[in-house]
Amino acid sequence: MSNSMPKNPRVALFVTCLVDLFRPSVGFASVKLLEDAGCDLDVPMCQTCCGQPAWNSGDRADTRDLAEAVIRNFEDYDYIVAPSGSCAGMLKKHYPEVFKGDELWESRVERFSEKVYELTSFLVDVMKVEKVDAVLKADITYHDSCAGLRELGIQEQPRKLVSSIKGVTMTEMKNSDVCCGFGGTFAVKYSEISNSIVTTKTGHIKETSAKMLLAGDLGCLLNMAGKLRRENSNIEVRHVAEVLAGMVDNAPIGQRTPKGGGR
Amino acid sequence: MVEITSPEFKANARLAMGDGQLQQALGHVRTNFINKRAEAKANLDEFDELRDSATAIKDHVLEHLDLYLEKYEEKVIASGGHVHWAATADDACKQILDICRSVGAKSVTKGKSMISEEIALNDALSAAGIEPVETDLGEYIIQLRGEHPSHIIAPAVHLNMDQVRDDFIKHHTHLPADRPLNEPETLLREARAILREKFLNADVGITGANFLIAETGTSVIVTNEGNGDLTQTLPKIHIVIASIEKIVPTLEDMSQIVRVLARSATGQDMSVYTTLSTGPRREDDPDGPEEYHVVLLDNGRSSMLGTEFQDMLRCIRCGACMNHCPVYHAIGGHAYGWVYPGPMGAVLSPSLIGVDKAGHLPNASTFCGRCEDVCPMHIPLPKMMRHWREREFEKHLSPMTQRASIRGWAWVAKRPFLYRMMASASARFLWLLGGVNHRIKSLPFAWGWTRHRDMPAPEGSTFMSQWRERQARDAGDL
Ligand code: SF4
Repeated sequence: MSNSMPKNPRVALFVTCLVDLFRPSVGFASVKLLEDAGCDLDVPMCQTCCGQPAWNSGDRADTRDLAEAVIRNFEDYDYIVAPSGSCAGMLKKHYPEVFKGDELWESRVERFSEKVYELTSFLVDVMKVEKVDAVLKADITYHDSCAGLRELGIQEQPRKLVSSIKGVTMTEMKNSDVCCGFGGTFAVKYSEISNSIVTTKTGHIKETSAKMLLAGDLGCLLNMAGKLRRENSNIEVRHVAEVLAGMVDNAPIGQRTPKGGGR
Repeated sequence: MVEITSPEFKANARLAMGDGQLQQALGHVRTNFINKRAEAKANLDEFDELRDSATAIKDHVLEHLDLYLEKYEEKVIASGGHVHWAATADDACKQILDICRSVGAKSVTKGKSMISEEIALNDALSAAGIEPVETDLGEYIIQLRGEHPSHIIAPAVHLNMDQVRDDFIKHHTHLPADRPLNEPETLLREARAILREKFLNADVGITGANFLIAETGTSVIVTNEGNGDLTQTLPKIHIVIASIEKIVPTLEDMSQIVRVLARSATGQDMSVYTTLSTGPRREDDPDGPEEYHVVLLDNGRSSMLGTEFQDMLRCIRCGACMNHCPVYHAIGGHAYGWVYPGPMGAVLSPSLIGVDKAGHLPNASTFCGRCEDVCPMHIPLPKMMRHWREREFEKHLSPMTQRASIRGWAWVAKRPFLYRMMASASARFLWLLGGVNHRIKSLPFAWGWTRHRDMPAPEGSTFMSQWRERQARDAGDL
């Protein structure tokens, strides 16, 4: 697929269950970014979740059922894009593992997985987007979510796009590539350890001059935002897609709507 | 066996996180080890290629382990040594005690060895009236304190200088209590002076092995203090205690792997000493032991061969995985509750002591993947932790509530229409709870979450329902 890219590829948005439930605006920001980049976008209505919670809990059978449904619903598109490194990683890197040894499915899964991308890497690496039109006066720091970083190699792409926003300053935090302690069900099952890890993370965030924290994964964002709020910090937390799409009039994650409905 | 407290992992972790001294000591792991490894990696262009070839060497060995073990045994015997096969920890202790008793040993010096911890050798020796003397500084310190290592290469990393100084003053009572002991060097000097005596009096020296070389029957230790050399050359008998997967085919293979070992561990190009020993003292050797024994421990490893856990046997115990682990950084090594901490322990311990006891360990990971990223042997640690979770799930070892909630959630997720409805209801409900501040301070069913942080509230309706409305609107506009 990547060798002969159609000019307006048919792209399916994999919304992810967290965006669906917690932050639809990330979904709409993704739609805007993909359409602006020239994609023929669709949102398959049968989607629910990629199955990662089951997969990471050792529940192979349920993972497999959910993965089959995702593949059936998405495999006919040119690309499948998710605003999450973690879910894209699941579809791209873990699905082949889920179906390993099943000859009927292996090559089908492989064809599917090749077409899966995380949002910012799809924009930069596939659609060759160099910059976005957004304007935002903000001092921003960026957290690299683990799955995106280590499974998909996403590090430069979001930074490149964010830096292209007019008015933005990027300030790197210490250890931006270290886990925020979310880890899905880990945050609840081992909540005290998770708390210790996220406390270190928010410490590093607060050490910067940044007034806004971005990341590409809603799970991590909910965790860091939740901790920052508990610590009474007023650092704004948003998904990177929101600022790239210039959609920042709504309330930041876990915060009141900015006065006057935004900037 | 060392007392296993892994089932109390959560309580152990809580204590560790509340321990100010420990938290301060862990700073060394959180920064120094990481920076030094990064520097070492940056300074060696072929670092990643070396990792690949080191991995390939071990993979090859594991495919032909029986063959190389036989070859190794042959060579040890040919060089005048003895090989003892130990299926279990108890077997290994017994064999070592027999050797010690054969010379009426009273005192045994020891180089650093995690296998010795695994088989609880010091307890066995003490129970038999033989004094074990740890000669690695870190090991010496924790032996004084009656503790176990909290890290596989830095056993006393959980301690601060002040604690060590107090221990020395408390235990080395023959020295003036007001002597200056403020520098690491003075502590080292004092320990050395005491150990010198012990080295000279020891009847048997026991070391571990980082590698066993099949083509020559050689055992290799890499150390930084030189204590291992004295341990193995001064006494009449040298016993090597090593697990079966330490085998490599040739000297050349060993020198390849050594190049990634110290770099991954401490960031050194090489450790200060790389000591090879082959058999007992020969006639024209200036020194060396009269007898040379190797105790080869299986203790559950051969049953990992051919399973999804085989890759774990590539481990060279460099410690990089724990040095880079956010969970280890938070809680240190003792909380894991058995010999091997950190990510490598989370995979290995369930194999060796049973997943029923060590079940927490592979679960207590965020799967951030940093361990796999830095592991010189490319061991897919998160994947193997997930395999353990699968086993627990299959065997119904995971907690009931957890199982039920995952299964229930999956049942709904497989029914998109129902899922939509429930997601919409939850989005609305949580949004209401969030109020004007858009955050929830306390949620009974997500207590673990809201105890420590707020739960950001959803925006009110789901993406899918808003999308459907938008589609309908757009269609209406046409
Ligand atoms: S698992 Fe890898 S990183 Fe961890 S100790 Fe073993 S070789 Fe080193």
